[in-house]
Amino acid sequence: MANELLQPGTPAPDFELPVGPGETVKLSDYRGQPVVLVFYPADWSSVCSDQVSLYNNMLDMFAEHDAQLLGISVDNFFSHQAFAEDRGLEFPLLADFEPKGEVSRKYGAYNTDYGQSQRALFVIDSDGVIRWSYLSPMGENPGADGILNALDDLDES
Amino acid sequence: MPRLTLPVDPARDHTRGPDDAPVTLLEYGDFECPHCKAAAPIIQDVLAELGDEVRFVYRHFPLTRTHPNAMQAAVAAEAAGAQGMFWEMHDMLFDNQDDLSVEALKGYGEKIGIPDMDRYRAALEDGHHLDKIEEDFRTGTMSGVNGTPTLYINGERFQVSWDKADLLGALQEAAG
Repeated sequence: MANELLQPGTPAPDFELPVGPGETVKLSDYRGQPVVLVFYPADWSSVCSDQVSLYNNMLDMFAEHDAQLLGISVDNFFSHQAFAEDRGLEFPLLADFEPKGEVSRKYGAYNTDYGQSQRALFVIDSDGVIRWSYLSPMGENPGADGILNALDDLDES
Repeated sequence: MPRLTLPVDPARDHTRGPDDAPVTLLEYGDFECPHCKAAAPIIQDVLAELGDEVRFVYRHFPLTRTHPNAMQAAVAAEAAGAQGMFWEMHDMLFDNQDDLSVEALKGYGEKIGIPDMDRYRAALEDGHHLDKIEEDFRTGTMSGVNGTPTLYINGERFQVSWDKADLLGALQEAAG
């Protein structure tokens, strides 16, 4: 079971997670631009139906909103690096590996039954406030329409 | 379930089957995607079985960072379509998915008998029709496309599967 997904209006909890050996990414480093946080269960799902690959193919569209995309799962950074290289991923994958799932839990995006992040999406505005969040049903790839609509709303506000 | 944001328009879309069919099956696909190739004969079977009950529409969703030849293959289909041969090229591309190089695409044009080959070749070399392909892609993302192929039945995303029995059942149900 999961804890409660963080809702719009909530300040996004800051975190710093590894993306490679001796290399970390901090959420607050992106203050001043929107951030799309993508929690997903695991690296290495099948290619064409893969959510992370879909977003990678849409990077130009996220760039139009000046939005930074960040992927997060409980895989370690070695897995992330191999996965990113295999799929040609051009955005950071963060390792929520130690303590396992700590950041996912803070966002209400952790599934304790499976020991994995849920498929959960957050759009965070340039001030670091969550403006949209979505928890996808088990096994369902949510696509990107919700993210794009939320980014459109940010641009209009 | 997400719905199509850009309604089917026979003037812009590539359609197969009658415009007044009770059911429209729409695919957002990528000619270099192995799942789309696998789905193609299943869709063809289902369409044959249901006859005039179903209209089929194909839109482009090239995953260009994953499939380096997907965009030029989409251009080939559009360029063939500009000469009335979209579906011939559509079938040709899925049948020959292992080689979608520009040279191969030119050969496929000859093979299906495109009338004006100079115009077809120029479209491939100069990248014509990119606006339309991009419009397909963008409307796909806004319509909840979450991978390829993504199917819509009468405008509603069909998530179950593209297994033949599931698809046939869903289309029959939509046909009433």
